[in-house]
Amino acid sequence: MAKQLHPTPMLDQLETGPWPSFVTGLKRLAKDKDYVVDLLGHLEHSYETRKGYWKGGTVGVFGYGGGVIPRFTEIKDENGEPVFKDAAEFHTLRIMPPPGMHYDTDTLRKFCDIWEKYGSGLIAFHGQSGDIMFQGCTTENVQKAWDEINEMGFDMGGAGPAVRTAMSCVGAARCEQSCYDEALAHHKIINQFLDDIHRPALPYKFKFKFSGCGNDCMNSIQRADMAVIGTWRDNMSTDEELAKKWFAKHGINELINDVINMCPTRAIQLKDTKDVRKDAHISSVAINDSQSLEIDNKDCVRCMHCINVMTGALAPGQDKGATILVGGHSHLKIGATMGTVIIPFMSLKKEEDYDQLVDLAQRIVDFFAENALEHERIGETIERIGLVNFLEGIEVDIDPNMVNNPRMNPYVRTDGWDEEVAKINAKKKAAA
Amino acid sequence: MAQPQMRKPVEYFLDNKKFLHPKLAANYGNWKYHDRPRPGVLHHVSKTGDEVWTVRAGTQRQMDVYTIRKLCDIADQFAEGRVRFTIRSNIEFIVSDEKKVAPLIEELEKNGFPVGGTGNSVSMVAHTQGWLHCDIPGTDASGVVKAMMDELYEEFKNEEMPNRVRLSTSCCEINCGGQADIAVVIQHTKPPKINHDLVANVCERPAVVARCPVAAIRPALVNGKPTLEVDEKKCVCCGACYPPCPPMQINDPEHSKLAIWVGGKNSNARSKPTFHKMVAAGLPNNPPRWPEVNAVVKKILMTYKQDARPWERMADWIDRIGWPRFFEKTGLPFTKYMIDDWRGSRYNLNASAHIRF
Repeated sequence: MAKQLHPTPMLDQLETGPWPSFVTGLKRLAKDKDYVVDLLGHLEHSYETRKGYWKGGTVGVFGYGGGVIPRFTEIKDENGEPVFKDAAEFHTLRIMPPPGMHYDTDTLRKFCDIWEKYGSGLIAFHGQSGDIMFQGCTTENVQKAWDEINEMGFDMGGAGPAVRTAMSCVGAARCEQSCYDEALAHHKIINQFLDDIHRPALPYKFKFKFSGCGNDCMNSIQRADMAVIGTWRDNMSTDEELAKKWFAKHGINELINDVINMCPTRAIQLKDTKDVRKDAHISSVAINDSQSLEIDNKDCVRCMHCINVMTGALAPGQDKGATILVGGHSHLKIGATMGTVIIPFMSLKKEEDYDQLVDLAQRIVDFFAENALEHERIGETIERIGLVNFLEGIEVDIDPNMVNNPRMNPYVRTDGWDEEVAKINAKKKAAA
Repeated sequence: MAQPQMRKPVEYFLDNKKFLHPKLAANYGNWKYHDRPRPGVLHHVSKTGDEVWTVRAGTQRQMDVYTIRKLCDIADQFAEGRVRFTIRSNIEFIVSDEKKVAPLIEELEKNGFPVGGTGNSVSMVAHTQGWLHCDIPGTDASGVVKAMMDELYEEFKNEEMPNRVRLSTSCCEINCGGQADIAVVIQHTKPPKINHDLVANVCERPAVVARCPVAAIRPALVNGKPTLEVDEKKCVCCGACYPPCPPMQINDPEHSKLAIWVGGKNSNARSKPTFHKMVAAGLPNNPPRWPEVNAVVKKILMTYKQDARPWERMADWIDRIGWPRFFEKTGLPFTKYMIDDWRGSRYNLNASAHIRF
């Protein structure tokens, strides 16, 4: 039985309403823990004064330089003593989730037992970093809790100027749109960079995210320094039975308005089945006895829209892999920027293909470590030095898929033109 | 004195094989299609004919161990002891028998977990730590989200929007909540208040100077002490100096306001991904339920719901109707602060005779 609750008239108002209430959860924990009684008082004080009262510090575990987020209270009395003394320390452990965020209940129950014993009993699934956030622990208990979590087979996530915890979508485990083994890529990349995760020594953070298709459920183009997005380079697959079933249910208006008209590159046409082109780059599927959808795969940009609408009737092709973009990040410091394509297609079918992905990632992180300024994300480095210099640094050839359009200004010195053309021609010849 | 023996960490990132639901493991990479029999339920069919039903439910994200154990009990009873979480902190239970779907939904809702968040619904708000745990928050996160989802509860449980709607909240301008169809983000309106007594001891001054996106911070001497000063005419009140230098207090109960941004889209479907755009600011930071913010969010959502065509995301809809009509229909004032003047800003201006009347 814990001590009496502080009055929390404002937080109490978050116990009403239909959505699950974290306040009710905290109060349940507070029945047994003075720690959470004072946490509720601390939070109520923030609600009353409209300010935050946690400051950082230095708390870690043996062998690692990051992964614990230290928090010490700043609500002090006139003698400098914490007002909410039982919650004076409220550190968080960032723990990496399995790829795709799948769990068995045995694991979750063990997490609960450990965190009930050493921490506040509050766990977030998951933080915006992708980590399981074990929220609220004293300095003394951080190592004890960590030892038990690590014994379960889980490792700590990144914080500070380090490679960070990665995220991958549900992918091949339960999605027909998956174009590679997201979990395998996630697993291999993270194991390659464990030292860079646990011992922060980079200019700033570096994030990987893995999405199985262009729907990009992991928000990787906007948020990841290196985004791995599933795609395919052969023709879209089709299934006549599912296409006819879809058409029978949805009809011609939806087919035209929601599928054909919404194709961003006008790659889909409705045709009489007898008129469908037979070229190698055409996919087609009958929707009834006389009409078919004809898709020109040379025009298709793999945006996923038509596949989202007619799942299974239209589907990714067989020659699968990923498009890789580098340099997404939020506002700090130059304003938000999206990732830029650096590899239009990397085949990801065999185990060795994934080792190539790891090798590319290592070259990029090495370049970042050596060339970025302090507190600069790789997207900002690319903006500062130009894409071409970055590509030369990581030994990747240029490709017109990397641009929206060629340069619109003449401010470039082109006296190396003939040599560049000769190089390109030589490469073309060698590849032929 | 000998150092106590410390345990060395086992440095290894595990794979997910043992956590997968048996049907997911058996059909890994071999799925054929899916449909949605009802809101909150996905039905996946594999190329071998295997079927699974996924029931998705909302959680409070910051969960107490009792809540997690309750969810585990439900998973043990219905879902072969496996769960997964979505990027928006929804929990998913996978069942291989359609007959279990209805009783599972009933059990979840009986225990207060709303079933929904699939397809063209409003899913759970991606959010941050806020006053509960962050060291630099301008507002709370979990409370803002609880207040917002209470009001959008029916939109979570039903699929009545034109397309999926993704929301986020962020308690400072760093925008950890991320890009979204509608994003609520702190927008400070006054420069930092500097405690000059502390700066020299707490802050690495050159690093703080370097953080400022508009070069408004410079070294200074105040009362004989080395410190930093801010050119308040240049300052854009972004708060970037505050994390590396806490004596430069940016958060203010009165002047840290909330802004609303719309049209962020992470997906490549149809158009390329887009960033969200500011459409409202100056809203009060008003706990515990932030009614002024929720009113604007709901107004935008309901206008979109009525006006957008099927499959149009927020960004697609605005792209069709144009920004003047967006402001007209939502009743939000278009102010001078929405005209971009950051680098590259002229690309955001209308360089055409394309005007809708």
